[in-house]
Amino acid sequence: MGGGRLSVGGVHELAIVESVVDAIVEKVGDGPIAAVRLEIGKLSGVVVDSIRFCFEIVANGTGLQDARLDIDEPSGRAYCRECGDEFDLDDPIMLCACGSADLDILSGEQLRIISVEVH
Amino acid sequence: MCSTCGCSGEGSGTRISLVTEHDQPHDHEHPHDADHPHDHEHEAGEAHGHGHGHAPAATVEETRTILLEQEILAKNDGLAAANRHRLQEHGITAINLMSSPGSGKTTLLESTVRAYAGVRETLVIEGDQETWLDAQRIRATGSRVVQINTGAGCHLDAQMLAGGLKELAPPDNSLVFVENVGNLVCPALFDLGETARVVIISVTEGADKPAKYPYMFRTADLVLLNKIDLLPYVDFDVELCLGLIRQLQPEARILQVSATKGDGLGEWQTWLDAL
Ligand SMILES: Nc1nc2c(ncn2[C@@H]2O[C@H](COP(=O)(O)OP(=O)(O)OP(=O)(O)O)[C@@H](O)[C@H]2O)c(=O)[nH]1
Ligand SMILES: [Mg+2]
Ligand SMILES: [Zn+2]
Ligand SMILES: [Zn+2]
Ligand SMILES: [Zn+2]
Ligand SMILES: [Zn+2]
Repeated sequence: MGGGRLSVGGVHELAIVESVVDAIVEKVGDGPIAAVRLEIGKLSGVVVDSIRFCFEIVANGTGLQDARLDIDEPSGRAYCRECGDEFDLDDPIMLCACGSADLDILSGEQLRIISVEVH
Repeated sequence: MCSTCGCSGEGSGTRISLVTEHDQPHDHEHPHDADHPHDHEHEAGEAHGHGHGHAPAATVEETRTILLEQEILAKNDGLAAANRHRLQEHGITAINLMSSPGSGKTTLLESTVRAYAGVRETLVIEGDQETWLDAQRIRATGSRVVQINTGAGCHLDAQMLAGGLKELAPPDNSLVFVENVGNLVCPALFDLGETARVVIISVTEGADKPAKYPYMFRTADLVLLNKIDLLPYVDFDVELCLGLIRQLQPEARILQVSATKGDGLGEWQTWLDAL
């Protein structure tokens, strides 16, 4: 997406950042924004460093261009349907100590816009 | 940026075209003209190109926090839900086919479309960054096909699928295959509103690929292990690969196929018919 606009092909976080910028402009308008707070879980598959890199490019020329980007990275937490254990995990290959892969992911997959600070 | 309205909304740079027999690429000048799907909610009278006339140096600026608390992909997910609803209403089954470049998506579609000829209407939406080559291969089978070129975009999203479906106009109760852009990363994050998600891996890739791209495999309803005709010639640990897939996504069906030789394609059709 943003095909003609940029040529950072293959950086898949670009689409995520474009969605962030679009959603914020839609909700609070085009005015200058001081800060943006996102929540990007450690199991979301999204790389936070790439988000920061893409944000600089995508925000340029919008009300978000001077905004500070705060990113919370909640850890992964899972419940094992086999043995009933609840445990932390930050590895996308998800296995309980008992060997089961039948897990409920309780946290870590978040991809959320929490808030913005406006002037 | 969109050359007609100057917007830089999602989907700009995307070109959607029905591919007919005598094809020279004749992209629509501005494919999203009719109902301009990227709806921006500009305030009446508010200018589009935000001038950055920041007042010079206000010393300490007061800021105010606005809670948004929303999913980043909420807009895509909403459009995907609308696609899903529309497809269901018309009894249309839509399959989102995803893999690395070259795993055999187009080859599988060529055989599948031929196998359904005269049995069930099948149509195809091809997603590629630039070329029309895959759509022309499908067109040669006689199937109706729409090409979506995403430009720099490395995946299809729900808005592109909505545009593609509009151009394709699939009849009620038909089977629509959507070949996603060859990429195992971000198509995992974008729901299109499809009926089922199929991930293809071929035996010429590393058997540990599922471990390297876990997010993609975790979203799969079906995984096809393709090019099994080449197993005698390559060093591919089938059990390792299948074990990793089962760990990542215990609910996925796994079928071993050869899109060129036909092995396993009967089971693939049986799976499709049961959707
Ligand atoms: N031996 C063998 N070759 C195959 C099989 N399936 C596909 N191929 C070959 O693999 C190559 C790539 O196949 P495509 O169908 O173009 O792959 P694709 O996934 O559509 O590729 P992109 O659209 O570029 O992502 C072609 O040369 C095919 O002939 C198979 O089952 N066995
Ligand atoms: Mg292809
Ligand atoms: Zn357990
Ligand atoms: Zn436009
Ligand atoms: Zn606009
Ligand atoms: Zn992408």
